[in-house]
Amino acid sequence: MRFSDQFETRFAEMITHYPTKRPVLVPTLLYAQDEAGYLSDEVIEEIAERLELTALDVRNVISYYSMLSTKPRGKYNVQVCTNIACMLRGGEELLEHCEKKLGIAHKGTTPDGQFSLEEVECIGACSWAPAVQVNYDFHENLTTEKMDRVLEGYAKKGAA
Amino acid sequence: MADVNITVDGKKVTAPAGTLLIEACKSVGIEVPSFCYYPNLSLQGACRMCLVKVEKMPKLQTACTTVISEGMIAITDSDEVRQARKGMVELLLGNHPLDCPVCDAGGECELQDMTFSYGAAESKYMEPKNHKEEQQWSPVVYFDRPRCILCYRCVRVCGEGMDVWALGVQNRGVGSIIAPNKEDHLECEECGMCIDICPVGALTSGAYRYKTRPWEMNHVGTTCAHCADGCKTTLGVRRSETGMEIVRGDNRDKSGINGDFLCIKGRYAFDFANREDRFVQPLIRKDGQLAPSTWEEAFELIGKRFKEAREQHGGQAIGVVGSNRTTNEENYLLQKFARVVLQTNNIDHHRTADFPAFAAALRGKPESTASMRDVFNAPAILLIGNDPTEQHPLMAWQIRNNVRLHRAKLYVVNSRDIKLRRQATGFLRIPKGAEGRFAAFLNGDDSVAENLRPVAGTGADAGESRATTQTTPAGFRDQLRSEQNLIIIFGAEIRGGDIASVVKFGSGIAGAKFLYLADYANSRGAADMGLYPDLLPGYHPIADSGKFHQEWGGVPQTPGLTLPEMVDSARSGKLKALYVVGTNPVGRFDIDPFVFSQSFVVVQDMFLTETASLADVVLPAANAYEKSGTFTNTCGDLQLVKKAAEVSGSKSDFEMIVRIADAMGADVHKLVPFGRGTAADMGQSRGAQSGEADRHSVWLEAHGLEPKMSPFDPMAILDEIQRLVPGYEVSRMNLLAGNDQRTSLVGRASGAAQNPELIAPANDHLFSSGTLGRYSRTLNSVMENHDQQPAEF
Repeated sequence: MRFSDQFETRFAEMITHYPTKRPVLVPTLLYAQDEAGYLSDEVIEEIAERLELTALDVRNVISYYSMLSTKPRGKYNVQVCTNIACMLRGGEELLEHCEKKLGIAHKGTTPDGQFSLEEVECIGACSWAPAVQVNYDFHENLTTEKMDRVLEGYAKKGAA
Repeated sequence: MADVNITVDGKKVTAPAGTLLIEACKSVGIEVPSFCYYPNLSLQGACRMCLVKVEKMPKLQTACTTVISEGMIAITDSDEVRQARKGMVELLLGNHPLDCPVCDAGGECELQDMTFSYGAAESKYMEPKNHKEEQQWSPVVYFDRPRCILCYRCVRVCGEGMDVWALGVQNRGVGSIIAPNKEDHLECEECGMCIDICPVGALTSGAYRYKTRPWEMNHVGTTCAHCADGCKTTLGVRRSETGMEIVRGDNRDKSGINGDFLCIKGRYAFDFANREDRFVQPLIRKDGQLAPSTWEEAFELIGKRFKEAREQHGGQAIGVVGSNRTTNEENYLLQKFARVVLQTNNIDHHRTADFPAFAAALRGKPESTASMRDVFNAPAILLIGNDPTEQHPLMAWQIRNNVRLHRAKLYVVNSRDIKLRRQATGFLRIPKGAEGRFAAFLNGDDSVAENLRPVAGTGADAGESRATTQTTPAGFRDQLRSEQNLIIIFGAEIRGGDIASVVKFGSGIAGAKFLYLADYANSRGAADMGLYPDLLPGYHPIADSGKFHQEWGGVPQTPGLTLPEMVDSARSGKLKALYVVGTNPVGRFDIDPFVFSQSFVVVQDMFLTETASLADVVLPAANAYEKSGTFTNTCGDLQLVKKAAEVSGSKSDFEMIVRIADAMGADVHKLVPFGRGTAADMGQSRGAQSGEADRHSVWLEAHGLEPKMSPFDPMAILDEIQRLVPGYEVSRMNLLAGNDQRTSLVGRASGAAQNPELIAPANDHLFSSGTLGRYSRTLNSVMENHDQQPAEF
């Protein structure tokens, strides 16, 4: 399993911050997912070995966090918030719209591997509800029309 | 640590600082309910059942995680606390099926008990319950998810206790589940600890589930029949068509040397006893075929033939092979029968360790052997050779948990990267077969240091052990020398003179103790009881037969034949009769079966082993779960073997030996000193005074005074053992109460029985167990499941 130099530098630095190796598990998983797209069996084995944990232990932690995935996801992970503030401002309609537009449901991925869709809890953007997070980017004060433009933008970016 | 004073429910309690509130309460008899708290496992604080009121704290506190402090005032029984417990039970029952009558744990379920004691009859929750199908995780472990209350005991005992880490918790909140390490199944040591520790019916045993009910069984705590560690296993037995059948083995009785521990063999591998292909009647060879006969016919024939052999050819024409799995009483009786009735010293057994050399090395140091309990408390341990995780599961548990709970220092010397290196402070990997050289090196012989270097490419795996620096043999030895109260545990790789080297090294360390690892349930007992051609019980040389000579009225004065010598003697036609009790030398040592064609062979066994199949007479034997007596484990801990099961048509080896002696016309009174003791009115056995009979008999038995009315009573021989075998003068009262009693090794032998080449370690692993293992379906199915070669039949 090969990670980028940037990952290796970060990992080597993080591991010096704590008396044991286990505390770096969660950030390591996140960085590994950013690189590999998802946490494959191979990635899990590699991280378990590096941190002297069992693969089961690593899986247990992954299963706790909804942001970590052991299944391949689309290039752009569209996370629609339907928590209270967003819900009141049309989050649920936005989710329904995305489902129709992309032809996939919660936790689904488009056949071309460009998009996946997720209904998520509060993403901390209540002041600008309804909000959607695509990978690490936020899109706020959305309407269905605005959402279409956002998705088109990503579709173009992905095709390029 | 300093004591702390607290008040619980108005009672003054004093306990050492650092004590948990739940334990302090327990010490004065106040029960605080809990699911997730388990002594000696890490604290979880998950189940919230142990909530109590602590004054000056705003909310209820979990007693299992609260450490007591001076002046603390706790209330464990108030409306608020009761309400909290009731609420917890109600939440737990939210998804828990309410079908106790069909649940395997019904009747011995902690949740059931708690609901009765603290719960609510009605629930506010009307939602449908989450249901999931039951899963099979291994041949012996089943998981029923809806019953799980997420106390995490199984996860912790598997990880912390066993160092296997095969169970984990996935997801979170209400979605949390216990997960096995291989997605849908377990890859583990199959010890079944998770099942025993499960408070509900979520984890169940493949061997027992849905067979019966706990209240329909008798529960007999006895000593395990497998390895030489001597765990106490509780056998659940119930009436069957053929007597009493063992349905379950588990760890209900935690008073044994194993405490919470039991491995796969003690828990599941009792099933050899229930096999249908067991012998249930004597067989006599007629026209070349083994044909069923009666007991009378068999004993008469054996008596006649043995007597003929003795009278026509002398005792040296008869050989006797004893067992590592018969009781001390049977072993003692067998060698006494050989020496007194058959008039031969031709007696041997399958030697798995060099106890005579050990006894000789310990001469003058009778108190320097370590007991199994000592291993859990020693500040430092040196382990040379062996792989306890595979061969001595309890020993491994004791070592591992001593390191974990008491921070003991463990030093491991091995030719392989054994699992216990993960607990080791120091790990020295030596070349295969270099254990003896290491013993010499310990003793100061630096010339061998070069030969202790690990073979290139198989270096010590320092990364996985706690050892931080690469250990050199010299540095390792220096570290050992700086220890105190060190227990030195060594395997059968160390034999003969090497044992003396180890003991000599240990004698330079203050408080050092020694422990020698043999392989079978009563290997140590077989050696202690004198199943040797040149040693009497207690390692007395034949030449020094003084008190035995007087007591028994004559012991043959020349050392007899060892097992290989008996084979040679048979080959040359000199061995006219061979008596094999509970062992399979033909299979084990790959002896040419035609060697015994000129000998009259009698075999006592359960199954048609390679040895039994060439016998002239086969007598169906009872196993250790079907008779009474004592076992001595490899540490020298003496424990009671209690009769639990019965298969009609078999007899104990003890009874058969006596019957053969009788058939030969020997004076049975001289062989077994029965008929002594008192005869009296023991009081009523029924009605209002029924306890009276018990009080009489307990006291009398404890003092060896109960009437031994029958020559088949092993206790009569135990009297003689305690009188004549040095080191066995233990408290009968404690022994009968089911406690382990420590014997001491009082060596008298020197230069005798030094045939290290006769020692053949069993090399059993976790899932094998000599002949018994071959006939255990559970062990074989687990081996198949682990892609290991199942035992041959």
